Amino acid sequence: MGLGMLPIRTATEAGAAQPLLSVRDLRVTFAMDEGVVRAVDGASFDVLPGQVVGIVGESGCGKSVTMRAILQIVDKPGRIAGGEILFRRRLGQAGAETEETVDLARLPPRGSAMRSIRGAEIALIPQEPMAAFSPVHTVGEQIIEAILLHWRQWRPDGRPLSRTEARQITGDLFRDVGISMPDQRVDAYSWQLSGGLRQRAMIAMALSCKPRLLIADEPTTAIDVTTQAQVLALLRDLQRKYGMAIIFITHDLGVIAQMASYVVVMYLGRVMEEGPVDEIFHAPKHPYTRALLRSMPSLYGQARVALPVISGSLPHPFNRPSGCPFHPRCGDVLPGRCASRVPSLQPVGERQSASCFLYHDVADPA
Amino acid sequence: MVAATPVTSEAEERISVASNWTLVWWRFRKHRLALFSAAVLIGFYAVVLCPDFFSTQDPELTDARQAFIPVQGLHLLDDNGFNPWVPSVAGKRNPVTLRMEWTTDPERKVRAGFFVPGYSYRLFGLIQTKLHFVGAIDQGQRIFLLGSDRLGRDQWSRIMHATQTSMTIGLVAVTLSVILGVVLGGISGYFGGLADQVIQRMIELLQSVPTIPIWLALSAALPRDWTPQQVFFAITVILSLVGWTTLGREVRGRFLALREEDFVLAADLAGASQARIILRHMVPTFLSHIIATSSLAIPVMIISETSLSFLGLGIRPPAISWGVLLQEAQNIQTLALAPWLLTPGLLVIVAVLAFNLVGDGLRDASDPYSH
Amino acid sequence: MIRYILQRLLLLPFLLVAFSIVVFAIVQAPPGDFLTTYVATLASSGTSISAEHIAALRHEYGLDQPVVVQYLRWMQNLLSGNLGLSLEYQRPNAELIGEQLALTVVLALFAFVVTWIVAVPAGIYSATHQRSAFDYVFTVINYVGVATPNFLLALVLMWVAFAYFGIGITGLFSSEFVNVPWSLARVVDLLQHVWLPALVLGIAGTARLTRVMRANLLDELNKPYVMTARAKGLKEWRLVLRYPVRLAFNPLVSTIGWYLPQLFSGSLIVATVMNLPNIGPLLLRALINQDMYLAGAILLIYCFLTIIGTLISDILLAWLDPRIRMEN
Repeated sequence: MGLGMLPIRTATEAGAAQPLLSVRDLRVTFAMDEGVVRAVDGASFDVLPGQVVGIVGESGCGKSVTMRAILQIVDKPGRIAGGEILFRRRLGQAGAETEETVDLARLPPRGSAMRSIRGAEIALIPQEPMAAFSPVHTVGEQIIEAILLHWRQWRPDGRPLSRTEARQITGDLFRDVGISMPDQRVDAYSWQLSGGLRQRAMIAMALSCKPRLLIADEPTTAIDVTTQAQVLALLRDLQRKYGMAIIFITHDLGVIAQMASYVVVMYLGRVMEEGPVDEIFHAPKHPYTRALLRSMPSLYGQARVALPVISGSLPHPFNRPSGCPFHPRCGDVLPGRCASRVPSLQPVGERQSASCFLYHDVADPA
Repeated sequence: MVAATPVTSEAEERISVASNWTLVWWRFRKHRLALFSAAVLIGFYAVVLCPDFFSTQDPELTDARQAFIPVQGLHLLDDNGFNPWVPSVAGKRNPVTLRMEWTTDPERKVRAGFFVPGYSYRLFGLIQTKLHFVGAIDQGQRIFLLGSDRLGRDQWSRIMHATQTSMTIGLVAVTLSVILGVVLGGISGYFGGLADQVIQRMIELLQSVPTIPIWLALSAALPRDWTPQQVFFAITVILSLVGWTTLGREVRGRFLALREEDFVLAADLAGASQARIILRHMVPTFLSHIIATSSLAIPVMIISETSLSFLGLGIRPPAISWGVLLQEAQNIQTLALAPWLLTPGLLVIVAVLAFNLVGDGLRDASDPYSH
Repeated sequence: MIRYILQRLLLLPFLLVAFSIVVFAIVQAPPGDFLTTYVATLASSGTSISAEHIAALRHEYGLDQPVVVQYLRWMQNLLSGNLGLSLEYQRPNAELIGEQLALTVVLALFAFVVTWIVAVPAGIYSATHQRSAFDYVFTVINYVGVATPNFLLALVLMWVAFAYFGIGITGLFSSEFVNVPWSLARVVDLLQHVWLPALVLGIAGTARLTRVMRANLLDELNKPYVMTARAKGLKEWRLVLRYPVRLAFNPLVSTIGWYLPQLFSGSLIVATVMNLPNIGPLLLRALINQDMYLAGAILLIYCFLTIIGTLISDILLAWLDPRIRMEN
C-alpha cells in the first residue's frame, strides 16, 4: 500500500458541483474541570456529491470529533461552539425530490430534524466494529431497527414497511456487502462474527437507509491487514455502485492514497492543508504534510536508514501553542510571525490550499 | 503560553516519578467528603484508644433513683463568655403512674469543664489518672450529657465504651477476613489445580449460606459461661468466617489475571523466587484495591455485630457495644419516654457512612485507569 | 438452556446434603441439649425433675444416641417429609413453620418488588441526569439507606408512629384477622400491612441496587454501541432504554442471587423487631431454647430459599444474556 497505487476516481466528481457538505470554521470545545479544550478550532472543508474525501492526522487532531459534530453526537462535556455545517438534504418523494440546505450546527441535537438526517442522510461506520454492536441484540435486529426507523427511504410511496420486508432488505444488504449465508447471519450476535464480518455488517447497517454521505471513522484500524484490504475494496465497490460521498478518516496515509480523491490534513483541530490526492502526495505545500509524508516508509527508500520523524511531541490539550498550532515542531518556522498569529487557509494551487505563512505572499489578509 | 511549557513538564515530571501511594493520596485528597469522613473516623478511633478519657463517669455506675434522666445538653457559653455548663434536672414522682418525671432547668446551671478530674482509670491500661476530657467541675455531681438509662447509668459514658467494642470488632473481623481472603484467594489463584477447586467450592458453599441465620446459630452455640473477651473474639471469628469469601474471590481473580502478565513472566525468567514474585511484583499491584475493599467491608461487619447484639446473640452484657445499648431501646413505650436511648443508632449510621465514603474515595483513588 | 437448568437442578440435592451436615453440626454444637436448658428453666422456677424422668425423656427424643445416629435419623425423617417434633412446643415442626413460612416468603418477595420498582427508575434517572439535583438527592438517600441497619429503621418508625401518632405499626394483620382462616378480606388486610415492613426490609437493598444500576448504566452509556444507535437517528430515551439499560440490566439480574437470600435472612431481624409472623423469630426462640430440631429445620429452610434465590437469578441471567445462554 504505497504511493504507487492509483487512487480511484469517480465519474460524479467531474465538474465543479455544489458541495453536499460544507464545513465552515467549525469549533468544538470540551469544558473540563481543568479548563476548556478546543478539540476542533476553526476547521473548514467541503465534500462534493459522490466524492471520497480522506481526512488524515495524528490521533487527537480532532478528526473524529469533527465527524461527531457533523452528526451532532459529540459526547458531553463537548459542544459545538461555533461555525457552520451546511448540508444539502433531500426533501420530498424519491424521483421528485427537492433539496434544501440546512445548517446542522444550528439544529437541536436531539430534535426530530437532526434525527431524520442521522442514518438516513448521513451514516456512520464507527471505529471499533467489536463494540459498535450491542452484544445482547442480534445484528439483524439492530439493522432492521434502523430500516424501520427510516422506512421512507425504501418506500417513497408512503406505504409502511413491515418487519418481514425489513428483514428481507437486511438479508439483501448482507449479500451486497459480501456476507456469506446472509439469512443465518441476520440472526447472529456480533460476538459470533469474525472481525471482518462484523465490519461488513456495520457497513450494511450504514448503507441500510441509503445515505448520501457515509462517514467512515478509521474503519479498518481494528482488523487485520488482509481483511483490511478486503473491506477497503468493498467500500470502493459500494461507493461506485451507490454513488454516495464518503468521508474517510484515518491516520494511515496508505489507505488515503488508495481510497480518497481529495485529502484534508488536520493538526490540533485545524485544517493544515487540503487538495486533490495527487497534489497532496506529490506536491505537498504545508511543512506538516511534508513531515507526515517523510515519516512514511517507502518501497523505494534506502534500507537501514532511520525514518525521519516529526520532532517534538503533540502538545497537551490544555497547553495549545499560540499562533499556528504546528509552529513549535515546524522546521520552517518564520520567527515572530508563526508564534503570534494564526494563518488562514489560502489557495496554493489550482484546487489546493494550505494554512501556512510561507504561502501568504501579501501581508496576512486574515 | 511559551513560558508555560516548562511548568507543565515539571508537573508531568512530578507525576511520573511519584510513587503509587503518592498518586493514590493525591487522588484521594480531591474527594472532600471522603477526606472529611476520614477525619470523623480518626475521631472515632481516638475514642477507641481511651474511652475512659472521654467518659464523664463510670459506665457501670447504677443508681435506680436516677433512671431515665433526660439529656443535659452541654452549653459552651454563658453570659460571661466561655464558661461550659449543663442545665440541672429536677425530678418529681407522678402520683398516678408512680414514675419519676424529670424536667431540665436552664436557670440553674451545673458548671462543667474540659480536662477535669473525675473517676480514676488507667490510660491505655497503664497510666493511672483521673483526667477526663469533659465533666462536671464538682466531682460529686453526676451530669448526663446524653441522659441515663433504666438503671440510671450514664448513656454518654456507655456510648464511649460501646464505641470501643463496636469499632474494634469491625476492624479485627475485617483484618481476619483479609488474612483469610488473601491467603486462600492467593493460593487458589496462583497455584490453581486441586487447591483452587477445593477453595472455590468452599467459597461457593459459604456464599450460598443465609448469613444472618447462620451467624445467629453460631453465636447461639457459644457457651454461656464464656468471658466477654472470649465472646468478643468468637464473634469476630464468626463474622470473618463468612466475610472473607468476597475478598478471596477478588484476590483470586487478580492473581489469575496477573499470572498471565508479561512483568510476572519477566520476573520469573530473571530468576526471582516465587515468594518474591508474589510479594514484590504481584501483591503491590492490587494492595490499594484490597485496602479499599476492606474499608468497605468494615461497615458491613459493624452493622452485623450491632444486629447480632441487638437480638441478644452477639456481644453480651456486661460488655457494652452499640448493639447492646440499642437492646435498651427495644421497648417502644420506653423509647417514647426516653428517645435518647436511640443515640447509639445515630453513631452506627455515622460510622458506617464515614467508612463507606472513605472506602469509595479510596476505591476511586486506587484505580489508576479510571478518570 | 434446558440442559443448563437441569445441571443446576442436579446440583441441588448435593448442596442440600452439604448444608444439612453444616446445619446439624451447628445446632448440635452448644454444650448440653434441650433437656439441660429445660431442666435449668424448671430449676429457676423452683420445680425439680427426677433424674430417671430426664433419662427417659432423653431416650425418647434420641438425645442419648451418638451424633451420627442422631443426624441419620433426622435426615431419614426429613426425606420422608417429617420435620420432626418441636421439643419446646411439643407440636410438629411442620405445623409451627407452616403459615409463617408462607408469610416470610410473601414479605421477602414484596420487599423485592418494592426494591426493583424504586431502584431501577431511580438508577436510570441518576445515570442519565448525572450531577442533577435529583442525582445528588438519590445519592444522599442511598448512602444513608445503606448505612442504616434495618432494625434501627424499624425502631425509629415504630417510635415515631407511637410517640407522635399514637399508632402501633407492628404485625402483618389487624387484630381481628390474626387467627382466622384465609379469606379475601384477610388477604386485603395483609396487603395493607405488608408494605411498611417490606419497605423497611428493602431500604438498604434499594439503596445498593440504585447505585449498581447507576454505575452500570454510566459504564454502558459510554460504550460505542450507544453512539452507533445514536447515529442511526433513534430517539434519545428510546435508545437509552433499548440498549444501555438493557445491558446494564444483566449485572443487576445477577444481584438477585445474593439479594433474595439477603431478604430472606434480613427479614429475621425486621420480623423480630416489628413482631411479624415469620420463621425468623421462631428460629431465634428455638436457638435460645436449644430446640434443635426446630432450629435445624428452619435453618435448612433458609438454606433452601437461598439456593432457590441463586437458581432463579442464574436462570434469569441465562435467559436474558445470549452470551451466557449460548456458552452452555
